[in-house]
This record gives sequence, C-alpha cells and structure tokens, in this order.
Amino acid sequence: MRHLLSAKDLSHDEAVLVLDTAAQMAATQAREIKKLPTLRGRTVVNLFFEDSTRTRISFETAAKRLSADVLNFSAKGSSVSKGESLKDTAQTLQAMGADAVVVRHQSSGAPHRLAHAGWIDCPVINAGDGTHQHPTQSLLDAFTIRRHLAGGAGDLAGLHVTIVGDVLHSRVARSNVELLTTLGARVTLVAPPTLLPVGVESWPATTSYHLDDAVADRPDAVMMLRVQRERMSSAGGGFFPSGLEYSRLYGLDQRRLDALPDHTIVMHPGPMNRGLEISAAAADSPRSVVVEQVANGVAVRMAVLYLLLAGAQATAPADDETRVLA
Amino acid sequence: MSVRYLLRNVAPLGGDRTDVLVADGLVAAIGAGLPADDETTVIDGTGLVLLPGLVDLHTHLREPGREDAETVETGTRAAALGGYTAVHAMANTSPVADTAGVVEQVWRLGRDAGWVDVYPVGAVTVGLGGERLAELGAMAASAARVRVFSDDGRCVADPVVMRRALEYVKAFDGVVAQHAQEPRLTENAQMHEGVVSAELGLAGWPAVAEEAIVARDVLLAEHVGSRLHVLHVSTAGSVEIVRWAKARGIAVTAEVTPHHLFLTDESARGYDPVYKVNPPLRTADDVEAVRAALADGTIDTVGTDHAPHPAEDKDCEWAAAAFGMTGLETALSVVQATMVDAGRMTWADVARVMSVTPARIGRVDDAHGRPIAVGEPANLVLVDPGARRVVDPRAQATKSVNSPYRGTELPGAVVATFLRGRPTVLDGALVEGKVLA
Repeated sequence: MRHLLSAKDLSHDEAVLVLDTAAQMAATQAREIKKLPTLRGRTVVNLFFEDSTRTRISFETAAKRLSADVLNFSAKGSSVSKGESLKDTAQTLQAMGADAVVVRHQSSGAPHRLAHAGWIDCPVINAGDGTHQHPTQSLLDAFTIRRHLAGGAGDLAGLHVTIVGDVLHSRVARSNVELLTTLGARVTLVAPPTLLPVGVESWPATTSYHLDDAVADRPDAVMMLRVQRERMSSAGGGFFPSGLEYSRLYGLDQRRLDALPDHTIVMHPGPMNRGLEISAAAADSPRSVVVEQVANGVAVRMAVLYLLLAGAQATAPADDETRVLA
Repeated sequence: MSVRYLLRNVAPLGGDRTDVLVADGLVAAIGAGLPADDETTVIDGTGLVLLPGLVDLHTHLREPGREDAETVETGTRAAALGGYTAVHAMANTSPVADTAGVVEQVWRLGRDAGWVDVYPVGAVTVGLGGERLAELGAMAASAARVRVFSDDGRCVADPVVMRRALEYVKAFDGVVAQHAQEPRLTENAQMHEGVVSAELGLAGWPAVAEEAIVARDVLLAEHVGSRLHVLHVSTAGSVEIVRWAKARGIAVTAEVTPHHLFLTDESARGYDPVYKVNPPLRTADDVEAVRAALADGTIDTVGTDHAPHPAEDKDCEWAAAAFGMTGLETALSVVQATMVDAGRMTWADVARVMSVTPARIGRVDDAHGRPIAVGEPANLVLVDPGARRVVDPRAQATKSVNSPYRGTELPGAVVATFLRGRPTVLDGALVEGKVLA
C-alpha cells in the first residue's frame, strides 16, 4: 500500500492490519509519555483546501505523536487563493521535503490526481475529498465498532451497521460502505430518496427510506450523518422541505433511541447538528461513542502514517518494538 | 508544380478499384488504366479507399480569443490531416461569433489559412446568453454566408427563444444546432449520473437532462415546421426520441461524436480530466444505442466536437478542469474501429455520415460531400484502412494535447487529402505552402 486514497483500496487483511496497528498505537497513548520516535526526521504535510479543524488537528496530533515534523498548509490566506494550481502547490511542498501529503480537498478525486498524475512522488493520504471518500474516518469508525462490538480484535463479521442521513453528499457514507462490508459487516443506508445517489443500487448495502423500520431491524450500530441545513433551500438543491420534517422522519430522537437494542452504539462523524439529525438525548446518551471516535481517530491516523512511512513491508509493529520505541 | 494527380487503383467509397485523375480542381477522369503523362503525379492507391473530403459540422477552432488552445491555422491543419476539407467553426469564441463582423473574421482566417474551407457557425443568442436572438440575418447575409446557428457549449434553454430561432432561420434556409442540456438539471454536473458517479462522488449529469430538451425541441420543430439539428446525441433515450420524431416526419437530424461511439463513463474512474466532456461519456448501453442509430440512419452525422484546451485546463483536479477533447485527427479512425471494422457500416456509409449528410445539413453541398464523379470538385480523402497507429497527441497538428486516445492503437490512416484538386496532405503529412483556392 503506497497511498491511502479510498477505503476500497484496502483488502480485508490490510484493513485488519491497520486496525491491529491502531490498537497498538492506542495502547501507547495511555502512557504518560505518548510520543514515539518512529517518524523522527520525516515531514508530513497537511494540505487542507477545505476548512476542517478537527481532521487537521487529528492528523497533526498523530504525526507529532510519531515524532514527525508537521507542516500545515491551508488554502485560506495561501497562494491557492491567488490562483495557484493544485499541481504547483503540491510540487512546492514536495520541494520543501514532504515525505507524505495528507490532503483534504473539496473536489472529488483530487487526492487521486495528486497520487497518480506524476506531479509528486510521495505517499498521499486522503483526508476527505469532495463527496467521494474519507478513508481514515471509516477506519476510525470500524475501530470504534470493533472495540465495542467485536471484542477489539479481528473483523466485523456478522455485525449490522445502519447509516442514516445525507448519503448523496457523504464521503463518510461511501467510505464506510466499502470498508465495513470488506470487514464482513452488513450495512443499511437510510435516507430520504432525494439524498440517495442514482446508482446506489450497485453498492454492497441495502437501502431504506424509513428510519423506524431500520431501528426495528435491530442494528448493532447506528451512524448518524451530518445534514447541512442549506440543502433544504432551493439554492442548495431543495432536497427536503424543512428541518423539522427531516428531524421528524430521519432524526435520532428519544423514541427511536429507546427502541434500539441495549447493546446498540450511536455514532456521528461530527460536527453534530443537535436537534436536526441527532437529539441531545442521543448525543449525550451512554450509548453514544462520538467522543471516543475522536480519540480513536488519532490512533488510526498514527497507524496509517506508520504503515505508509515506516512499514516498508506492511506489517504491524511487534509488541516489543512499541515498548522499545516508547 | 504538378497540378494533376493520378490516383492509381483506388477504391472509391470502398467499391471496385479504378483510377481517378484529379486535374484543374476537378475529378477529371475515372477508369481503369488511365494514362499518366510527365505532368502527372501518380499515387499508388492499392489497398486504399477514396472518399469525398470529410465535412465536420462541429469544430471548435477557438480563434478569436483562445489562441493558446487553438488557432484557425493549427485547427485547420489538424482538420486536413484528419481527412477533412470543410469544417464548421463553433461560435463560442471570445468575442462570441454573434455578429457579421466576427463570423467574417473567422471566415477570412480560414480562407487565408487555406487548409480546409472554414464555415463559421453563428451564435443563436447574443453572447450565448440565451435571452435575445443575435442578428442571424446579418450573419446569413455576410461574406461568411452562415447557415448553421448554435449556442453550442450552452443550451438554448428558454423554449420561447428556441421557438423563435427555429422559426426565424427559415427565411434563409438555416438550421439551429442544439446543445441539448437542461441547465437546472445539470448545475455543477461533472459526469454521467449513474453507478460510476455514485461511487466517485462526482455530481451527476443525468441522461434525462439531454432527453428532455431533445423531446421539447423536436416538438417545437414540428410545430413551427423548421429544421432542427441535435448535436452530440449521447443517450439511448435521445436516440429513441429522434427515431420517433423521424417516423413522424419531423425535419430533425442528429449527430454523434467519435468519443460517444468509443468511450464510456468507466473512463472517469482514474479522475483524469482528459475524459471530462460535455455531454459526458455515458454507459456501455448508450454507446451501443448510438452505434446502432448511426448504422440504421437514425443518427445522421458524425461530428468531432473537437475541443482543444491548453494543458493547464486539464492538468488539474477533475472539477477544476475544462470540458472537451480533441478529435479532428482521430475521428475517421474511431469510426472505422467502431463501425466499419465491426461490420456495421460500409465505407459508402462513412462517406454519407462524415461528408455527404453534414454538407447537406450545413448547406455547403454545392462544394462538399459531392459524388466521386467526373466534373465534380476534387475534395477528396485517400484512406489506408490497413494502417494501424498509436495515438501520440504531441505529434498531432492541433495545438492541444487533450486527446482521450493517447496511447491507444487505432486503425486507419489518412494518406492524402485534396482540397479542390490541390493536396493539403500527401503521404500522411501536411503539404506546406499556401494552398490557394
């Protein structure tokens, strides 16, 4: 694995390896001294063309915990706003010695272009591209699910995950459908018909327009997607009539929360719209793992950086190695 | 310099082999064993097919305004190399070809270049704005004698404006060539809406956005009794509508591009914008539908939609890239590959869809798309169907390199092109020195 562009790039064994590696990284994060020397002297560039404080900080934290130097490059106030192309920006950063580029871009496929257009020659990690993919988000979601529902090891065989919301515009949904099914889980997508893409029938997931039916189907995990309020305006596409109607039909409210099986966990990639797709009761309930998802994001991103930059051959670090490194 | 060419043992329209003498700008004689004197250059045509010079109703020459992408000179050199003797230059230049002044400028640039006859297309609406008719009559009456009007690149979306345009051009036997794209259904659209766009997360350009306009326009054309030409038909649904309209006797003609005959939306998977085009590449079922329609006559013409772009407009992420691909120097090979070699069309059919019918639609059939017969103007192309070549965009005459066939092996090669009896291309290479009409 040279780049991480799409959750689809990962085989079953590679995905499990990333999760196993992340588990070891997470273990080091419980120690008093959290920093590992693994990537000392290496430079990771965070190339963010789209606002994303939490994902950028997560990658930055992960790289720093591995002792890499981190350059943060955000499009705002940079040469990008002066019309510099993606190609020139990437080449400039590589010339400054980047060993890996973490890229967030509003255009679907931009990380793929960075990796394959011949512009630069270093690993590219997709930190979210348009409405395409966000593979590290799906890895941290899988990691979280595994921890709660699969004993923290192996894959997700037999589990049922229901993803609810704006699937059409969601890179989180696309990544999770790919990765969770690769890991053996069954995925159900729930959305109003306007927010499911034409062509979704080819995905390895079942779809439903009715959240109550999906809740009654006793999912093991429910993942609520962020719904942007501007989607309801006619300028934003007019995908649904009002926030209130959306919330009534597709929001995770107290009643639906109570109808879920006891073991079911509630997930959200953040940032949450409380009162729209998720009620405060659900967000703050004991079954909510939203905050833990954030913590797991650091471990998963450490694992990805480790495997792409340090693992010449993709193997998990031995237990004694992390001990020595620590 | 010799002005007589004896094409020895060629197959006109792929038929029986014979000799064809080109002299004084005309086809001077046809028959086996024609004598050659010292003044006559003999070209061995064994294995070669002779066709009327190709006519493109759909070329973007980019001049004036985007000379960094193409000029009339470079674009018409590419056309000659592709076997064309006439091209219609689309109006979406800068300034837009919406006045007699601009169309005459393009027409003169074409005449000065001399590689092919350049027929400017006039814009339907002022500035391609879709709101107010351009001075269509003035363009028709100009030295450029415009007969084809199009806002290509944009759709004449307003039904009233489209109706008026269809009616108005009847006064000078014009035709409106529609870029069928319902604008509201295609806001920010990036590729065909379907299985591939769903996975790639690229905003969809649904087939219905084309079909809805085609359906509306054939009904408008019927209502007002006008000619309609549908550009770059790309979907199976559009084919069905055109078929229905023709069965009703509506005066509609339709075009398909080489790339819609050859490529599908699967090409987008690598996010290489060289495959970004408008209308977008469609599914394999759509490709089969347009091939069948071209073979059975539902689709009348192959138009290149040659759309050169400078490197920086393609060497970027998909959404930032321009729509379009070059095509003049590969169109005939693509038609051979998809239609002739596949056994679906003869060379006579190729002459019909790439020369005779486009010349008639564009009302340039006094000079182009003529029969290969004694006394006819010698606008001809000599093709070697047995050749094979790997496409190298950098070796092409077009100024831009955005060919989707880069690295693809295609059959067939243009050996020679004659414009009114003078060779613009010989041995597959341009004949330098101005070719005066």
